Amino acid sequence: MKRLVSIAAPILLIAVLLGAWEAACRLYAIPSFILPPPSAVAIAARDNLGLLTSSAWNTLRIAIVAWIAASLIAGSIALAVSLHWVLENAVRPLAVILQATPIVAIAPLVNIWAGLDHPERGVIALAVVVAFFPIFSGTLSGLKSSDPDLERLFDLYGASRVQRLIRLRLPSAVPFMLEGHKVAAGLALVGTVVAEFVAGSGGAQGLAWRILEAEHRLQTAKMLAALLVLAVMAVVLYAGLQLAEQGILRRWRGR
Amino acid sequence: MHPIAELLNVEVDYPRGRALGPFDFALAAGEIVALVGPSGCGKSTALRLLAGLEAPTRGTVRRASGRGETSVVFQAPTLMPWASALDNVALPLELAGAPRQAARAQAVEALTRVKLEGAEAAKPAQLSGGMAMRVSLARALVTNPKLLLLDEPFAALDEITRRTLAEDVHHLWTQTRPAIVFVTHNVEEAAYMASRVLVMTQGPGRDAGQTLIEAPIPRPSGFRTTAAFREAAEKISTDLEHAMAPA
Repeated sequence: MKRLVSIAAPILLIAVLLGAWEAACRLYAIPSFILPPPSAVAIAARDNLGLLTSSAWNTLRIAIVAWIAASLIAGSIALAVSLHWVLENAVRPLAVILQATPIVAIAPLVNIWAGLDHPERGVIALAVVVAFFPIFSGTLSGLKSSDPDLERLFDLYGASRVQRLIRLRLPSAVPFMLEGHKVAAGLALVGTVVAEFVAGSGGAQGLAWRILEAEHRLQTAKMLAALLVLAVMAVVLYAGLQLAEQGILRRWRGR
Repeated sequence: MHPIAELLNVEVDYPRGRALGPFDFALAAGEIVALVGPSGCGKSTALRLLAGLEAPTRGTVRRASGRGETSVVFQAPTLMPWASALDNVALPLELAGAPRQAARAQAVEALTRVKLEGAEAAKPAQLSGGMAMRVSLARALVTNPKLLLLDEPFAALDEITRRTLAEDVHHLWTQTRPAIVFVTHNVEEAAYMASRVLVMTQGPGRDAGQTLIEAPIPRPSGFRTTAAFREAAEKISTDLEHAMAPA
């Protein structure tokens, strides 16, 4: 019963909000280029479904490539840095600066450096920048999270540095790395869309470009439809990763 | 007989103050000694000195046993949560470079010794507290150590499990007769487990009296109700009260 309610409650709230929105649009005769009713958004989504899904796929594809690249780069830097505290002290402030700088502010620069001839590369580079920090930070914290008594046992048994890394620190880091990758995947998607906005028409034919295009033509319903597709994609991505994380963790700790 | 491990006039200072000493301690091969004392009296520090995991600030530590001949069991089972019971037990051998097959065969044998045959594939989260502690014991025994150090190993377990494990440790001791140093807060447990009980003072820890318990190990049944046991427990309690009195 509680489970049913917890599923039904958000659906009900969404339905009520959509109903109010639809009613308000009709009641006050709001021009549809300012605020189209949900029914118009649904129609726009249906009419443009092919275009929107192929654009969404373009965006998702780039986000996934960026996510994998960020995983490799951030993971190996975190691994290298974990080997000595001097390296960590040297790298951490830079990583924080990178994380604290708004993506929109560095997007034009990255587009000039990486994206002039290949707009897709600029977009990927920006998404990598955004996805970098959670993976770096998660992996580094995880590598340092091992049980101090287990570390003592490894001392006692004379484990080498490589044995300690492979048999203790990397497996200890798994839950932290999973969390970092999950957060990073959402950020990679956000980063891709922001980068597409900045790249504009030169960018890949992603969802951001559909939104810009519709804006220029005052097709507000189509803009909202593109947003809807983006939101659905983000939710599905998050849910999928959540499931994958739980599955891997269950295997990791045996239940 | 030469002691298997010895602390000579050792002192250990931590940034927040002295933790231990001056403290003298000698352990004969095959002896079972309990260290009893209030929290923060340096019992665990003494154990880490004996294990070679820490060096004293002053004084000398002599160890006749080398690497691989000393094992430690901590208060928590301290198992790798991602690894099966078998892999956890095989770890010390594999770290020492033993071939995987041989290490696993010995690990199976060690798990059998602690009565955990059949639990080889289980991960720590699937084991009860007592079973996890047995895996930890099996890991400590798999190298056939000459010196076994137990740091409040049963503190987190219920009374029944504690008693069963105490008997099991005695039974295991009869097989290879390692010297055992055992840290505990529990006077009765100390009197039951050890052939010698050393009470330590409120930190910094010093020797506050020793009690010898002559009864054979494993203990005869009903040992807890004998006069010898009660006298030993009373003597330890008295030492402990003196040890905790403000100097």
